[in-house]
Amino acid sequence: MLKNYFKIAIAVLRRRKFFTFISLFGISFTLTILMVATAFIDKVVNDDYPDKKRDRSLYISHMEMAGKDAMNSAGLSFGFLDHYVGRMKTPVAVAISSNFNATNTYVNNRKIVINYKYTNAAYWDVLEYKFLEGKAFSKQQVANAERVTVISEDMKKEYFGDDTGPVVGKYLEADNVKYRICGVVKNIPITCYSFYADIYLPYTVSKNDFGNYNNYMGDFNGVILAKNTADVPKMKREFDAIIPKLPIPDKQYNKIYSHADTYLEGYVRTGNETKSGILYVTLALSLFALFVMLLPTLNLVNINVTRIMERSSEIGVRKAFGASSQTLVYQFIVENLILTFLGGLIGVVLSLIAMYFINNARLIANLELTLNFTVLGYALAICIFFGLFSGVYPAWRMSKLNVVTALKAQ
Amino acid sequence: MISLQNIEKVYRTTNIETLALNNISLDIAKGEFLSVMGPSGCGKSTLLNIMGLLDAPSRGQIKISDQTTDNLNDKQLAKFRNQKLGFIFQSYHLINDLQVLDNVELPLLYRDTTAKERRQLAAEALEKVGLSNRMKHFPTQLSGGQRQRVAIARAIVGRPEIILADEPTGNLDSAMGNEIMEILLQLNQNDGTTIVMVTHDEHMAQKTHRLVRLFDGSQVL
Ligand SMILES: Nc1ncnc2c1ncn2[C@@H]1O[C@H](COP(=O)(O)OP(=O)(O)OP(=O)(O)O)[C@@H](O)[C@H]1O
Ligand SMILES: [Mg+2]
Repeated sequence: MLKNYFKIAIAVLRRRKFFTFISLFGISFTLTILMVATAFIDKVVNDDYPDKKRDRSLYISHMEMAGKDAMNSAGLSFGFLDHYVGRMKTPVAVAISSNFNATNTYVNNRKIVINYKYTNAAYWDVLEYKFLEGKAFSKQQVANAERVTVISEDMKKEYFGDDTGPVVGKYLEADNVKYRICGVVKNIPITCYSFYADIYLPYTVSKNDFGNYNNYMGDFNGVILAKNTADVPKMKREFDAIIPKLPIPDKQYNKIYSHADTYLEGYVRTGNETKSGILYVTLALSLFALFVMLLPTLNLVNINVTRIMERSSEIGVRKAFGASSQTLVYQFIVENLILTFLGGLIGVVLSLIAMYFINNARLIANLELTLNFTVLGYALAICIFFGLFSGVYPAWRMSKLNVVTALKAQ
Repeated sequence: MISLQNIEKVYRTTNIETLALNNISLDIAKGEFLSVMGPSGCGKSTLLNIMGLLDAPSRGQIKISDQTTDNLNDKQLAKFRNQKLGFIFQSYHLINDLQVLDNVELPLLYRDTTAKERRQLAAEALEKVGLSNRMKHFPTQLSGGQRQRVAIARAIVGRPEIILADEPTGNLDSAMGNEIMEILLQLNQNDGTTIVMVTHDEHMAQKTHRLVRLFDGSQVL
């Protein structure tokens, strides 16, 4: 039976070349957009390099002070993270790092932009960077304010040339300071902005006064690690308890907000302190996807309805010779699914091509989009959505067609 | 075999009512070859469609093989048609996207048959109508007479007891028409198939067992 459906489906599609083309184009193009988008989201949200202990980590990146007429919001100061967060009891480690900042340097009269980031020593324990060479700087080196650095693979290539040997022990100059390279790590895409940098430096080499914990706000963020996942809620409560007890530094404010978020909460935090962002982001993404899919679906519905009217003789004959309405609905939906899966196949190929170009064009630093099972799973779901939504209504119309009328219409 | 009792069919459109069939009662015996004649618009096709359970009468009862049919639902009707009835239409109604063999197989798709059985039965049916050498052709590659023979093969492939033919020779010249008529007569004689045929051709009608004439929805002979 299925083979026969397949035969007629292909025959019909071949006969209606133009409409088939339009439908396939609509489906595959939409699918390409959605698949590249999901590949992107999947990469950004789900790729856990170097952040492999997400399930027992909480992220602190923000503080807001609010008063009747004033509001201030920023990152955190090193002092706050070191003094208040560093003394928490539940975490087994507190990784502290600054946001990345850019500086220029010149190698053989060639300008190189270097994004640098300050970290503490625990940063290298909490996050699992993959070291291609050497190792991270130690607690001792940080305490001594040694001018050492961990650099990215790309920076190594850019600074020392494409086919250089090991660089550990060599020096890299930034902001007129020479840093001894102690390690080289695998690249991180810039979309993973909390952990991305070209070079990582001990926070003690910065010129800032990092001992001051009376000023809570600054350029840093923290990752706190619990012993196990069961401890995470406890760790969250402990952090939440700290905030109301903080002395308020300025009279124009009367409330301080800051959160130790799980990875997802942190990723989608909207800046609205009274509501969680997860709902908004999910809603926005679903609406977007729905909107993108709506047009080709409607287009397909329309094409399908026309196709049915053209095939009224076939419908009449099938009914006369023993097909029930239900059988015909089934046949038509299967036909439509065949069409959408064909479109899906083309969509996958187009997506691969699109990703190849995006990856090669290096639009986003270090971002490597891949077509994995998650993305293919979404694609499959989208195909089924198309197939069913655009097939059910026309199939229902078709099955309601009276045999005699269907046979008369010519 | 077929028994119609006080059949009435009224077509209602927004402002007119047409009485297409007016109190028709008819008994057709097993193995009978019946022809229906009458001027255009007198209700011949309507009568045939009602016999074929493709359309429901406004009033009256139809019995086929001693089974009343007015309480069957869509699925049961479909099954009933599939097993008992074969249709032949004036304009063939072949599916142009499918090869001749696939067209002939169609009624068997809605039964429990294997692909091999279907192939076998369809090939046999095509042999009966003398088209064994055209199985892989598409309908558009055939002449009108050949197409109608394919349609006959499709109608007989499921070995129905009854064949309903609505002007099967209406689109054909007399030579081809006679060929088709010959096949129908053979079917009736050799296999004992009950046939009801609508025709405009007196010569054809004379070759059948019995003639029914309609005028304005009523039976006049
Ligand atoms: N769907 C319909 N709606 C309204 N009136 C209809 C419908 N079908 C048929 N009729 C009317 O019913 C009457 C009988 O039609 P029918 O098709 O049975 O005629 P016929 O005898 O087969 O004619 P012909 O020889 O031209 O095929 C005609 O007057 C026709 O206009
Ligand atoms: Mg007619």
